[in-house]
Amino acid sequence: MSIYLQHRTSTLWLAALVHRISGLSLAIFLPFHFLALGLAIAGEARLDGFLRWTDALSVKLAETVLVFLLLVHMLGGIRILLIENLAWSDRQKELAGAAAAVSALLAFIFLARVLI
Amino acid sequence: MSEISEKQNELIVSLWRGGKSGAYRTYRVPRRENQTVLDVVTFVQRHLDPTLAYRFACRVGMCGSCAMSVNGRPRWTCRTHVSKVAKSGQLQIGPLENLPIIKDLATDMRPFFEKWQQAQGVFKPSRTRQDAIAKIRPDTRARTAADAAIECINCGVCYAACDTVRWNADYLGPAALNRAWTLTNDERDAGNAERLSAVAGSGGCHACHSHQSCQEHCPQSLNPTASIAALKRAAASAYLRGRIKS
Amino acid sequence: MNVRLYVWQRATAALMLPLVAVHVGLIFYAMDHGLTAADILGRTRGSLLWASFYGVFVIAVSIHASIGMRNIAAEWAPISDRNAGRLAALFGLLLLVLGARAVAAVVLP
Repeated sequence: MSIYLQHRTSTLWLAALVHRISGLSLAIFLPFHFLALGLAIAGEARLDGFLRWTDALSVKLAETVLVFLLLVHMLGGIRILLIENLAWSDRQKELAGAAAAVSALLAFIFLARVLI
Repeated sequence: MSEISEKQNELIVSLWRGGKSGAYRTYRVPRRENQTVLDVVTFVQRHLDPTLAYRFACRVGMCGSCAMSVNGRPRWTCRTHVSKVAKSGQLQIGPLENLPIIKDLATDMRPFFEKWQQAQGVFKPSRTRQDAIAKIRPDTRARTAADAAIECINCGVCYAACDTVRWNADYLGPAALNRAWTLTNDERDAGNAERLSAVAGSGGCHACHSHQSCQEHCPQSLNPTASIAALKRAAASAYLRGRIKS
Repeated sequence: MNVRLYVWQRATAALMLPLVAVHVGLIFYAMDHGLTAADILGRTRGSLLWASFYGVFVIAVSIHASIGMRNIAAEWAPISDRNAGRLAALFGLLLLVLGARAVAAVVLP
């Protein structure tokens, strides 16, 4: 690992990085999401055809990742809103870790439901 | 880079030599008990290479002049024990990051201080010598907030540690904004409207991403992230009330 | 990032907290009840409620995501602040247009 990364492993620095990467990923995904929904203009058939494609395992995994990204980005955002609007808390590292864990848990539940 | 010494009583250190396009050069230094990184640099300059340029003053952790990059982290070299950082006998010492290099281990601190001025980290008096002395209670919320952040000695470690400084040339940096916050809380100061405008612009407090590298590295245990968070609130509030333009 | 962009980004973020919660809840609900496209569209078509909900969501996310992209472009890409702002504005416009189209697709009767 480069010296640059070696010394940037604190929980809160990683939380900020995850927040940024998840936001970037979601932003890139969003136009495609809107395009897919726009298929409904052509009637249910088009959208249903598309939705059947989403039965594929790879798509389910991708959707799980998206749910995780959305949740982790939102929880990371809540962390920032708390830092900026409430009195300082020294327990932030624990909260950041908890946020990531909750996101992962909910995404996992999503995956379980979508596979069954 | 540095090799691992076969001798137990020897350290192999890499020191940055030259300017921006310089390189690391290796030196062998006797290892001693209770040795600080500043001791190592001093040894090289006195006994191995008198052309090495570096800065220090008090040697006892009060002035902040000896700040350098030690194995990738900005620290006060007089307060860094070699035994703590050279675990495998390797030591890489470079100039502070995010600042122009003058030569070797000495950086040009001017951008750091210029940003301090830009952030209005300067006290603006509201009284003259003819007026009565202001009575400041130490336990008011404002004074407590100012006191928590006031012990900054402008060493530049937070500035060197900050990735937002690295990525955003306009960013005023943790030290300047931390000082601006202390002055915002100073009842005697008359320059707050101007100061909030100064920190509300591009590169101001709102550019901070709360990485908290500043807090992690500050040798005075200050917390610029907390100061900046509060400053964000103060500036946003002033903006929403129409007190500053953007 | 200045105070004006900051306020817009934080405000849209706060606004979207309940919107995202509802949206994710809906996804789980739709999966639980095995809803097809026809089922979903049957509920959204002609609905002022869903038009408003997703309309607001699209506007908020267009503002929020474009400001975020602006910051990433300005800090990580070798382009000027001004160009980062321009790219971000274009991206925001793209999201707004595609998003409005998607909302129209599911709510127009």
